[in-house]
Amino acid sequence: MSALTVIRPGMLTTVQDLGRWGHQGLGVPVAGPMDWYSHRLANQIVGNEPGAAALEMTLIGPELEAEGSVICAVAGADVDVSVDARAVPLNAPFDVPSGARVRVGGRHHGARATLAVRGGIAVPALFGSRATHLVSRMGPFGGRPLAANDRLPVGDAVAGDARTGGKPLPLPYGGSRLRIMAGPQRERFTEDAWSTFTHSRYTVTPQSNRMGYRLEGARLTHVESADILSEATSIGTIQVPASGLPILLMADRQTTGGYTSIATVVTADLPIAGQLAPGDWVEFVACSREQAIAALREREAALTAKPH
Amino acid sequence: MSADVRIRPLGDAAWTIELPDRIDPAVNSRALELASRIETAGLSGVRDIVVAYRTVTVFIDPLGEGAALVEAALQRIAAETPADRGVAGAHVEVPVCYDQACGPDLDDVAAFAGCAVEDVIARHLALTYRVYLVGFVPGFAYMASVDPTIAAPRRAAPRLKVPAGSVAIAAGQTGIYPAETPGGWHIIGRTPVRPFDPERAEPFLFHPGDEVRFTRIDHAAFSRASQWEAR
Repeated sequence: MSALTVIRPGMLTTVQDLGRWGHQGLGVPVAGPMDWYSHRLANQIVGNEPGAAALEMTLIGPELEAEGSVICAVAGADVDVSVDARAVPLNAPFDVPSGARVRVGGRHHGARATLAVRGGIAVPALFGSRATHLVSRMGPFGGRPLAANDRLPVGDAVAGDARTGGKPLPLPYGGSRLRIMAGPQRERFTEDAWSTFTHSRYTVTPQSNRMGYRLEGARLTHVESADILSEATSIGTIQVPASGLPILLMADRQTTGGYTSIATVVTADLPIAGQLAPGDWVEFVACSREQAIAALREREAALTAKPH
Repeated sequence: MSADVRIRPLGDAAWTIELPDRIDPAVNSRALELASRIETAGLSGVRDIVVAYRTVTVFIDPLGEGAALVEAALQRIAAETPADRGVAGAHVEVPVCYDQACGPDLDDVAAFAGCAVEDVIARHLALTYRVYLVGFVPGFAYMASVDPTIAAPRRAAPRLKVPAGSVAIAAGQTGIYPAETPGGWHIIGRTPVRPFDPERAEPFLFHPGDEVRFTRIDHAAFSRASQWEAR
C-alpha cells in the first residue's frame, strides 16, 4: 500500500472527511472541512468519492514524501505547490513518484488548502468518520494535527478517473460578504443591533481557529440576557455573548451552546468563510431560505462545471 | 400544532423545534419523545438529531431529496406528539471521591452555601439528577437540578485544564468532565468511571433522560477503580 510520510507538518495540517455525523446528540462534534467545496473539488479531481479523507492545510502547508507513486490534487487557498521543487498547478491532478516530495507553501490568497490523494487517506474511522476534532482529540493520530514522521496510508477506494474540472472557489481578497439567515434568536436582539449587524464591517481576530472566529467591530445589544438554555449549534451559527461581539462558529464547533445566536451563515458561503484569515474583514448580508438554497445550487453547479 | 411549540430554521441545513423555555423534566421528556418519533419517521435527508433542555434540532441535507418537505413533516410530528413520553431513562450510579485533592472547589462552594464541606457533599449525594442533554464534548451530561443552597454560579475565572473525571457543579447543574478540557464549573469530586470511552462496547455512560445518583467512595477505592491513569 502506498503512503505519504510527513517530513514537515506545516502550521496546522489535519485529516478531514465530510464530518462525523449522527452522534451530535451524545456530544460528538461533526468537525470536517472548513471549506467543504474545495475538499470535494480536490477529491473529484483525483477521482475519489466526495467524502474521502484528505488533508486540510492551514496558512503554511506541509512537506510530504511519497512511498509508492500516488496521484494528488490541491484545491482551495491559492498556494505554491511543488513536487521535488518543480511547480505543479492547483486544481489539477499531478503525479508524485515514489520517493518524491510534495511541498505546499507560499500562500497568496485564502487561508486553507485541501490536498487529496487518489484512493483517499486510509486511516481508521471512528464513529464512521476519519475527521479530526482537535479539542475533543477525536480522529486519526489521537485527534491531533499532523506531526513529522506521521505515515498516511493511501487507500484504494476510487470513484472514477482523475480529471480536471469544476471551477475553483472564488477566494476572498482581504475579506468577503457572507450571506446569512436570521435566527434562531433574532428577536432577542434590538432592532438597532440587527441593523448594526447587517450594516457594519467586522474583522476576523487572531483569536480564531477551526472552532470559530472571534470578530471585532460594532457591539450588538441584547433585549435582555445574552444567555439561553443550551441548545444545538450549527456550523455558521453566529453567537453573541454578553460582550456584544459576535463569534462565528466553524467546523470544530461544540455540539451545543448557551449564547444567543443572531444569525447563521448559509451553507453556500461556508467555504468562503473557511478561507478567511485573521485580519480579513467580513460583512453580513441577510437572505431568505429560498435565496440560500438557490445559492447552494449555484455552488454545486460550479463544482461539476466543465473545465474552463 | 400546539400553541407552545415553534419550529424555526437554524440556517438552511437545520430546523430547531422549540418547547417551553424552562428546565423541566416534562418538557425535556416531550423533546425526547419528539426526537424518537422523528427518527422513527425516517425522513429522507435527515443527518442528525440533537435533543437539548427544551429543543430538538434536526440537521438535514439542504439539497437532499425531500428536504423541502421536512418542515411540514416536523410540524405534523410535533402536533401528534403527546406531552408525556411514558418511557423512563436508565438509572445510572456514579461513584465519586469527594477528597479535597479530587474536589479543589469544595471550600468555595461551602463558603457560598455558608455550610461545612461535609454538608455540601451530603447535599450533592442526596438528590437524583436528570440528564437533560449530552453536549459540549463527547459524553458530557448536563444534569439538574442541584440543591439550590449549593447552586453556586460559574467560577469567575475558568480553569484552563480540568482533570478528566472531575465532578462539578455550576448554576444549578452538575456534570462530569469526560476529558481534560478547559472548564468554569466548581470541581467538588472525581469519579473513576469514564463517561466516554470509544473502546467500550457502549462508549457513552449517559443518555438524555437518564436518572443519575452519586455514591461516595474513599480515595483508596477511587485509585483501585480508576480508569484514568492507565491511558
